[in-house]
Amino acid sequence: MKPILACILAIAVMMGSSAAYAVQPDEIMSDPAMETRARDLSRELRCMVCQNQSIDDSEAPLARDLRLLVRERIAAGDSDAQVIDFLVARYGEFVLLKPRLKPHTLLLWLLPPLALAGGGFVLWTHGRRRSRSAAAEDQSLPGLTAEEEARLERLTAAEPPADKPA
Amino acid sequence: MIAETGHYALVLALALALIQSTLPILGARWHDPALMNVARSTALAQLLFVAASFAALVTLHVTSDFSVVNVFENSHSLKPLIYKITGVWGNHEGSMLLWVSILALFGGLVAAFGNNLPLSLRAHVLAVQAWIASAFYLFILITSNPFLRIDNAPIEGRDLNPVLQDIGLAVHPPMLYLGYVGFSISFSFAVAALLEGRIDAAWARWVRPWTLVAWIFLTLGIAMGSYWAYYELGWGGWWFWDPVENASLMPWLAGTALLHSAVVMEKRNALKVWTILLAILTFSLSLLGTFLVRSGVLTSVHAFATDPTRGVFILLILCIFIGGSLTLYAWRASALKQGGLFAPISREGALVLNNLFLTTACATVFIGTLYPLALEVLTGDKISVGAPFFNLTFAPLFLPLMIAVPFGPLLAWKRGDLLGAAQRLIAAGIAALVAIAVLWAWTRGGSAFAPLAIGLAVFVIAGALCDLAERTGLFRMPFATAMRRARGLPRSTWGTTFAHAGVGVALIGIVCETTWNSEYIGSMKPDDVAKIAGYELKLDGVTQRQGPNFREMLAQFTVTLDGKPLSAMTPSKRNFPARGSSTTEAALLTRGASQLYISLGDTTADGAIAVRIYHKPLVLLIWWGPVLMAFGGMLSLSDRRLRVGAPKPAKALRGLQAAE
Repeated sequence: MKPILACILAIAVMMGSSAAYAVQPDEIMSDPAMETRARDLSRELRCMVCQNQSIDDSEAPLARDLRLLVRERIAAGDSDAQVIDFLVARYGEFVLLKPRLKPHTLLLWLLPPLALAGGGFVLWTHGRRRSRSAAAEDQSLPGLTAEEEARLERLTAAEPPADKPA
Repeated sequence: MIAETGHYALVLALALALIQSTLPILGARWHDPALMNVARSTALAQLLFVAASFAALVTLHVTSDFSVVNVFENSHSLKPLIYKITGVWGNHEGSMLLWVSILALFGGLVAAFGNNLPLSLRAHVLAVQAWIASAFYLFILITSNPFLRIDNAPIEGRDLNPVLQDIGLAVHPPMLYLGYVGFSISFSFAVAALLEGRIDAAWARWVRPWTLVAWIFLTLGIAMGSYWAYYELGWGGWWFWDPVENASLMPWLAGTALLHSAVVMEKRNALKVWTILLAILTFSLSLLGTFLVRSGVLTSVHAFATDPTRGVFILLILCIFIGGSLTLYAWRASALKQGGLFAPISREGALVLNNLFLTTACATVFIGTLYPLALEVLTGDKISVGAPFFNLTFAPLFLPLMIAVPFGPLLAWKRGDLLGAAQRLIAAGIAALVAIAVLWAWTRGGSAFAPLAIGLAVFVIAGALCDLAERTGLFRMPFATAMRRARGLPRSTWGTTFAHAGVGVALIGIVCETTWNSEYIGSMKPDDVAKIAGYELKLDGVTQRQGPNFREMLAQFTVTLDGKPLSAMTPSKRNFPARGSSTTEAALLTRGASQLYISLGDTTADGAIAVRIYHKPLVLLIWWGPVLMAFGGMLSLSDRRLRVGAPKPAKALRGLQAAE
């Protein structure tokens, strides 16, 4: 998308880096299992100088520092949760692309299910109310008089079949 | 001279828009056909003047007139012609001018082809359209004039962002804007209906083609942008849940809901009040997207514009239009009469369910995009909401919707038979189960998510085909009869089939790409071989080349499969001296719907080059899906029933209503 492209370019220019991309060969850990963990963690962490980019995608030098830091912690034997805690302690919640469930993010996490449930509830009550009022309306309508019935009979019988709207 | 003419034409367009905003409304009040008809001529004249203004800016860019700030800052005399033209909207001022040009285009189209609209409705619609236009003309003239001159004209321009020097810029922004701005028509119709206090099925029939046009362009525009990002950015990502992308996704989700609820309104005269609200919301979200991108509120390098006066101006426009239309809605909507009744299990019910899920998905994207901004303004806390959040909340909303999709078209209006629909979907269900079983066996107990999701996609595709088979009587009747019935089906039925199948196709692509994507990252020297997904890629050598306004380093790769040479691939890195920046040009090799993808990194001192290679299985389906959806939309649009517009109620029609 155009503006994103512009952003990424702008970052590259700002940092004076020449479009070096995300994870670089010299960063990769020798243990494939650890590397996989590092990549998965990297996707959850934000490059703080970028707009909504994970450190796995970003080409900013800061992202590279963070990627190396994540790998350092993993190599030192930290669990995934410990690595995340370490980074949050150091850089704040801003570093998490998936915010933790806390009082100040409660609304963020609860709104989607609430919207769905609320919307469903409104539809349900609305439907019930309407069908009830329709039923009431039906009963309140007086039935056809004998004369009307006869007229209706005449009209429907008189209609030639070819004229029926399909 | 050309710049001044362009500027003056824009001022005249504003004057025309102001006339168009007021006189037709007065005409409608006083029942004066002459005044109401003013809307038509002013809309056409306005289009003419904006087009002249736009043409002036294009001319300035093409002739590299660096005495104009906009040209100086975004162009270069050596730039290829196509990028001189596309560079017109590759910047803030030019893209706003494109925005109003498209707005005027839609207004002009309504004026030109709206002959079958009731006079007062057309007058109201065009007047509302002119309110929007006036606001944006003022915005451009006051804060973002593209025709400003520089005192001492520089000899050379600063060049366009190299990343934007791509064919993608020629297609993506115009498409996206045709979508965004196209929804202004549904908005104007909605506001006009509220002003008139009258709305009926005919209204829905007029609105639906316009909404459909906007939706088709938005669908293609988003898909195109996603593919552009995929091949240009060099790491093979195609959706980033970035605020700017979300800004285009929100109107798409709301617009898709609008498209479906308008069907209910047209066919059954129900959901009127809701359809009006959706029409207002969809364009409001388009305006919000414009605000997010153009104002710099994302506090980032993102928005090109960082000048706060622009932000405040657009915020004002946003508040007036969204606030005003919603107030009008709150005031007048209750006056609109409720339409036909329906049971929960019915075609209408299915479409309501569709609307519930789509609007909730839209609300999710909305809150995820704006929550961090709101939180920072209110408490100063900074949080990030990114891809992991959206994947976690969006998928659970979309998957149930996908299950429901095949059922919708098989249910009858008013009161449907769920069991009957399920029976007719048995073939689709079996196809889905087979797909799940085969994939499960093939991946041998890997993640269960991928086979299940693909099974669901197969269900959607097969379900769409089942509906078609049901309608044509395929397998039940002689083949020739079925073919004849297929030809006789309304085009909109075919449209539904293609669009729904497109959703399934895109889902398969998304799941395959994210689950079975393989990646090779390494340093390569000439004659090194990288192995990925059965392919062998040998780096033959690295060469340099001079382009029109860049220098380029090309790496030649030979791709072999099972020892047989297949093709050559040449990814490159371009350096643009005018801006001192560079881009990576990925090389793509398409095999069926799958792609091999190479992008280059830095060269090291010992002559090795950092290389990133991906194998992306079935990745192209991600974009074929939206193309299918858009194709379905076009089929629907070509349906005769939409083309003839809304006829005046005929006697037969009244007879039908009485019989119900």
